[in-house]
Amino acid sequence: MSIKIEHLNYVYSEGTAFEKHALRDVNLELPDGQFIGVIGHTGSGKSTLIQHLNGLLKGTSGAVYYNGRNIYEEGYNKKELRSKVGLVFQYPEYQLFEVDVFSDVCYGPKNLGLPADVTEARAREALRLVGLKEKHWKKSPFELSGGQKRRAAIAGILAMEPDVLVLDEPTAGLDPKGRDDILDQIQRLHDERHITVILVSHSMEDIARYVERIIVMNRGQVMFDDTPREVFDHYRELEQIGLAAPQVTYLMHDLAARGWQADVDATTVEEAAASILKCLGR
Amino acid sequence: MSIIRGRKLSYEYQRLDEEGNPESTIRAVDGVDLDVQEGDFVAILGHNGSGKSTLAKHINAILVPTEGTLYVDGKDTRDESQIWEIRQTAGMVFQNPDNQIIGTIVDEDVGFGPENMGMPSEAIWKRVEESLKAVGMWEYRAHSPNKLSGGQKQRVAIAGVVAMRPKCIVLDEPTAMLDPNGRKEVVRTVQELNRKEHVTVLLITHYMEEVIEADKVIVMDQGKVVMQGTPKEIFSHVEELKARRLDVPQATLVAYELQKKGLPLPDGILSMAELADELEKLRGQRG
Ligand SMILES: Nc1ncnc2c1ncn2[C@@H]1O[C@H](COP(=O)(O)OP(=O)(O)OP(=O)(O)O)[C@@H](O)[C@H]1O
Ligand SMILES: Nc1ncnc2c1ncn2[C@@H]1O[C@H](COP(=O)(O)OP(=O)(O)OP(=O)(O)O)[C@@H](O)[C@H]1O
Ligand SMILES: [Mg+2]
Ligand SMILES: [Mg+2]
Repeated sequence: MSIKIEHLNYVYSEGTAFEKHALRDVNLELPDGQFIGVIGHTGSGKSTLIQHLNGLLKGTSGAVYYNGRNIYEEGYNKKELRSKVGLVFQYPEYQLFEVDVFSDVCYGPKNLGLPADVTEARAREALRLVGLKEKHWKKSPFELSGGQKRRAAIAGILAMEPDVLVLDEPTAGLDPKGRDDILDQIQRLHDERHITVILVSHSMEDIARYVERIIVMNRGQVMFDDTPREVFDHYRELEQIGLAAPQVTYLMHDLAARGWQADVDATTVEEAAASILKCLGR
Repeated sequence: MSIIRGRKLSYEYQRLDEEGNPESTIRAVDGVDLDVQEGDFVAILGHNGSGKSTLAKHINAILVPTEGTLYVDGKDTRDESQIWEIRQTAGMVFQNPDNQIIGTIVDEDVGFGPENMGMPSEAIWKRVEESLKAVGMWEYRAHSPNKLSGGQKQRVAIAGVVAMRPKCIVLDEPTAMLDPNGRKEVVRTVQELNRKEHVTVLLITHYMEEVIEADKVIVMDQGKVVMQGTPKEIFSHVEELKARRLDVPQATLVAYELQKKGLPLPDGILSMAELADELEKLRGQRG
């Protein structure tokens, strides 16, 4: 059981003056239950790539397999695919269209044909999970602040209980506590329900903290695909393409240059603090 | 003199029922006193829904206080005859540049504002050139904005505001969607405008690192201003900030973790370089 991408290419507005080859020969295997991060400079193809996972975009060439079946086959059930592979968009505005927040979150499960009581129970659970207080549930999405909209959009996808959860910059616009809470909740879902999580993010700190594997996109191609430690070891190359290592990694390199036995592979605050204490004999 | 001066500023959103009658109100900004000096770089932090965007929209009179007052460069924002002048004094940059960029070519887009102000075309092009140079986008003047990267688009949006020569620029989460490089570019651009052109800057952000070099930080919580001070002062209160759903820069966080383990580091360390220097001192002492 997995998602497999083979020789995937995607060209926007093919044959026009605005033609853009956004994905070039992408090959990836995404086994069940992994927590994967996708990073890359703006315009590197991250959003384009993940919209292929639930069939929203169809490759110009190449194939995508979900649990062994080519989703481009005739008669493939796209609707079912979209309920199994849940995608939270980069801009929540693209996703919120019902009269109020609660109806919005109910939309997905209702569309799966679930009875009203189950739908509503799922919506309540999802809204609590993203930390959107009940006083906002009957508001129109237009009456929400930026971060509140973001939460509503995430809840809408969680309520479908997908097997694969794809999040396109889910923490942009969230306050720091909201960012940590939502990522903690997603990690909990991942651990308890063994779902696959694919997290697109511009925050190297969040990526370092949560994921077990990083895919680096550069100009439509996969540049690295490895563990966080291995990927961030290439921080000079990452800088060349507009990315960076987590900030603590720079501290560790600075200390190492000053003759400390600092762990230059440290990518989180905890790891950095532990290494510094060790160096100081604490 | 204060370029922005708010007194007991409150704003309530009205919710209407189906018939269009007022049903309930939400007090998004609650009794805020605000003083920003000309030439200052002020950062505004606060949890989601704390009223930052609502407050920001008052500064160029998109919203006017439901109670209290706000003066921008001495002009009362409630006075409709002054709105034009207020909008020329204070320009706004929103989170999503797509909402702001209208031209099909970069220089046209930037020229749109001055043109609307009725400037003669020669003067317009001079401003366009200056503004695009100020944000480092002059060489892209003939490009189509929708072909630019997120960070580049955001800088064009800033140039569009700069071209109107406002004394004050308000930026509402301008870096939320940018990659690390794009974020640095935008922050650097804004800092330069502040330092070289003495533009007053109000920056709203959820990234604590972007606040380190501000003159002053304002923290909002449930519509109220609850903390004010220099970055060093504000970020010395790690626990209080966390209780308000905020955070501190990563360097401050590492220092804080080390303090908890007993290392005698000073409060208010903001950058990794500062932290490395302090750690070196400690190591030296141990000899
Ligand atoms: N509808 C479209 N038409 C034409 N080109 C497009 C379209 N959408 C995206 N592109 C282009 O395709 C490339 C990849 O875009 P994509 O949105 O996948 O990037 P991304 O990695 O998600 O970037 P970001 O971090 O800014 O969200 C970019 O060069 C972009 O300009
Ligand atoms: N148009 C609106 N109608 C009704 N209520 C609104 C409207 N816009 C915002 N609100 C409410 O006012 C409060 C303050 O919102 P505001 O957008 O100012 O917050 P913010 O601090 O900018 O939050 P964020 O960090 O999420 O952008 C929130 O509770 C929000 O739900
Ligand atoms: Mg994207
Ligand atoms: Mg806001």
